[in-house]
Amino acid sequence: MGKSRALNLGTGSFVLLGFAALFFLTTQTTSRGLSFASQPHYDVTAKFDNIGDLKVGAPVSIAGVEVGRVAKISFDSREFKAVVVMSLNSRYNQIPADSDASIYTQGLLGGKYVGLAPGGADTYLKDKDHIDVTFSAFVLENLIGQLAANFIKGKSDAPTPAAPEKTK
Amino acid sequence: MLAEFRDYLTASLADLGDVVRFLMRLLVNTPRALLRGDLIIAQIYNAGTLSLVIIMLSGLFVGMVLGLQGFQLLQRFGSEEALGTAATIGLVKELGPVVTALLFAGRAGTALASELGLMRATDQLSAMEMMAVDPIQRVVVPRFLGGVIAMPLLAAIFSMIGIYGAQLIGVQFMGVDSGSFWSQMQASVDLEDVTEGIVKSAVFGVACSLIAVYEGYHAMPTAEGVGQATTRTVVTSAVVTLFLDYLITAMFL
Amino acid sequence: MNQSAAIVEIRNLKYGVGGRPVFDGLAMEIPRGRVTAVMGPSGTGKTTLLRLITGQVAADGGSIRVADQELTGLSHAELYLLRRRMGMLFQNGALLTDLSVFENVAFPLREHTDLPERLIRQLVLTKLQAVGLRGAAEFMPAELSGGMSRRVALARAIVMDPEILIYDEPFVGLDPISLGVILRLIRRLNDALGLTSIVVSHDVQEISSVADVVFLLSGGKVVAQGAPQELRTYPSEIVVQFMGGLADGPVPFHFPATDYFGELLARDGDP
Repeated sequence: MGKSRALNLGTGSFVLLGFAALFFLTTQTTSRGLSFASQPHYDVTAKFDNIGDLKVGAPVSIAGVEVGRVAKISFDSREFKAVVVMSLNSRYNQIPADSDASIYTQGLLGGKYVGLAPGGADTYLKDKDHIDVTFSAFVLENLIGQLAANFIKGKSDAPTPAAPEKTK
Repeated sequence: MLAEFRDYLTASLADLGDVVRFLMRLLVNTPRALLRGDLIIAQIYNAGTLSLVIIMLSGLFVGMVLGLQGFQLLQRFGSEEALGTAATIGLVKELGPVVTALLFAGRAGTALASELGLMRATDQLSAMEMMAVDPIQRVVVPRFLGGVIAMPLLAAIFSMIGIYGAQLIGVQFMGVDSGSFWSQMQASVDLEDVTEGIVKSAVFGVACSLIAVYEGYHAMPTAEGVGQATTRTVVTSAVVTLFLDYLITAMFL
Repeated sequence: MNQSAAIVEIRNLKYGVGGRPVFDGLAMEIPRGRVTAVMGPSGTGKTTLLRLITGQVAADGGSIRVADQELTGLSHAELYLLRRRMGMLFQNGALLTDLSVFENVAFPLREHTDLPERLIRQLVLTKLQAVGLRGAAEFMPAELSGGMSRRVALARAIVMDPEILIYDEPFVGLDPISLGVILRLIRRLNDALGLTSIVVSHDVQEISSVADVVFLLSGGKVVAQGAPQELRTYPSEIVVQFMGGLADGPVPFHFPATDYFGELLARDGDP
């Protein structure tokens, strides 16, 4: 009986580890993370002309600090704009109502994220609010094109990607 | 030349048909074999638990190589933060399932094929038949199911360890920011990527286990026959795995 | 139930491998409750005959009746039911190598019955005692000698109390002592358990001492049958050759070949 007990124990541990790994892959490497869903949060909406390849689950940050995640992306067929619903952590409940939202790229080839730039209003964003001032994502192809051109010239000091401020 | 090729093709087709018929036989016997949980547990142990060390070690090294290579490559573009994404996509969608299947064929597949081949050669399978015990149900199906269950779990473990291996190199040694390593990964890896990996490893599990038990069960009852069966198991499993990998990848596009 | 005297009846049996006929019109009747020996030179299909009787291979034509059931046309389930009434001893024992001696003998009981552990233990130990190996119950098959393996396999074959016990070459590669043990067991089990024994062998001396009836096969046919003593004086060249162990006779010493001297004198590449 000792042998079959060891066998069951070994099999059980293996299956447990396997399912732990599956759980890890589905929740920790993807945006299906449980971190924000479970915490108290409030939703704000913003409309963009173009969100590039922004995905549900992408971070929303202010000054580089993550304050929330993109919860939902849909298309407004009357205005032809992308509607992005962001879940912001309730801890950050003093974000000025006239803040603007831009879509940035992490690194050069990284994923997109939403950056909020604080405005100066005395009122704060609350649940179901809209952010009116938005700046669209860069189309990736333009950047790649620039980059490729630079590589062909053999220059190692590739220019840093243009910041969205320049489009204001 | 053309006739030879045609003969080869018809022979391969006949083999394929035979394997499919064997699979049907296994599936027909599966419900009754499922009643014998103890047999299946023992085979999950053989195929899974005993492969754990080799899978974890290989996963770690593959992950570390990805960390190193990925970092060198991404550094040229100035986007080292994407290392987490690159390593995870590579592992979860491709390297995890494929390398696991290849290792499985070498470790568990050969063990299965030679075990069944030896049982055939030493009349153990015939003895069971004579004791009115169907060897397909008692011996082959539990081994097949053990492999089918073990493979996706092994692949997931491989990928997980690999991601930590890449993280070890990228974050600890190369100085990629830990926060962006994980957050970029989480932002750009879709659940669909993970699903693709799981589907692949499940299909590979069926294919590799089937090939191993088929070759073992049909091995010629000689020392040479058993040797040939194990060799064919590894070779066929490898080729079939890579072929199916392409097929599934194309399907998910 | 209306039982015929013969437990195995073979009529006009046809069987071939790869177009080469092994049996063509074989007929045999194996009597109930006796030890029947099937003998013959190597390659006459003795083992094939066993595989046909036990339904491991299907005949190409003719009829095989075992325990009043026609084998051809039996479904998988019916065949397996019939096999529960047979026990078979394979040439090398064919013990399951991943199970201990005890578990090997217990195997059919565990697979086919829901007996309580205590009863299984009793049955297994009784059968092991009968073959004299109760002391080796916890050994693994790899630790046994050839003779011991065969005795364990014998215990396993009788654990379900079969009606027919089949021995495939039970004497091959045994030392004289083990051989004597197996011979005694065949006789004793047959008489004590009231079963029918079928022994396939080519060891004339050994089998003559234990068998009630002998069938001599050659060239896919029964060439002689009767009690062992009768066969010794059988008026047939091939029987004389086989029973006497003569090197040459109707079964030639030489495998068919081209002219010996011609081949010796031929140069390489000049056949």
